[in-house]
Amino acid sequence: MKRGTLERLNADRAEKRSVALVTETASGAQWLVYAEAVSPDAGLAEDVAVRARAALADDRSAILDADGKPYFIQVHNPPLRLFIVGAVHITQALARMASIAGYAVTVIDPRRAFAEPERFPGLEVSSDWPDDVLRAAVVDRRAAIVTLSHDPKIDDPALETVLRSEVFYIGSLGSNRTHGKRLARLHEKGFTTTETDRIHGPVGLNIGAKSPAEIAVSIMAEITQARRGAA
Amino acid sequence: MEQEDILGTAAQWRDAGRDVGLATVIATWGSSPRPVGSQLVVDGEGRFEGSVSGGCIEGAVIQTAKDVMQSGQPEVLEFGVSDEQAWEVGLACGGTVRVYVEKVD
Repeated sequence: MKRGTLERLNADRAEKRSVALVTETASGAQWLVYAEAVSPDAGLAEDVAVRARAALADDRSAILDADGKPYFIQVHNPPLRLFIVGAVHITQALARMASIAGYAVTVIDPRRAFAEPERFPGLEVSSDWPDDVLRAAVVDRRAAIVTLSHDPKIDDPALETVLRSEVFYIGSLGSNRTHGKRLARLHEKGFTTTETDRIHGPVGLNIGAKSPAEIAVSIMAEITQARRGAA
Repeated sequence: MEQEDILGTAAQWRDAGRDVGLATVIATWGSSPRPVGSQLVVDGEGRFEGSVSGGCIEGAVIQTAKDVMQSGQPEVLEFGVSDEQAWEVGLACGGTVRVYVEKVD
């Protein structure tokens, strides 16, 4: 590996950019493939660059042969992100589970007594308003969001901020009745049913969860299902 | 859950003037102890960090890395239960693993 390639790759990782390192394993020639660019910009077959971008989207490294040459595509994606709105009891369990599953977790609750960092050791906790936090963050298709505060003043602005984003999962705590009222409020604000259909509500897979930890399991399972594309 | 920063270590060692080789798992079949993308960094003295198999094939990979640091020519190694060399190095895991070994210039 060329020194410059290694330095650029390390800088990309530090800055949490998605990049695929493509190696032609017979010669050792290498390229860094981004969503919009290839570095160096000459020498890489277009179909291999296309496969590298597909590998980035699938989050899966791969070997392949193209024109009789063997390649290895190594995906370097930043960690998946989970934003949890509402620093409630379920959040304490869900945040830990998501960390173990490899997510970078941010807990958001403007009520300072709830957003107490001691309740969430080692995690990023914000007591700003969720819409402010989410507007400032990278909320892309590698991000998921769950609202758990049960308070429309806190949950609704968060949902309004992400409903038109590319996040791969949106979930909201609340019974069918609560969720129905929430949808009505969002439709009044101009969101379409196609947009609000993205919200998983009531949140979590239906596994009969009762305790906060069990509900966290059902939510983590639903996020995993959304991420991995299962039915 | 934090992964070892093998690529960061590779850059640091190179900065310190050491010869550096890098081994990466590029494919696995069957039950392999380390997933695709697992890496090991090794210097000219054979000191290393990281793993490509959890211990079974590291010795052979490090030896190849030393050759690659000399020649500058990358190598692709394959270890599996059907491979004589795999038994020699003790790949008892029952899987097959393909490893790309390169020099860091």
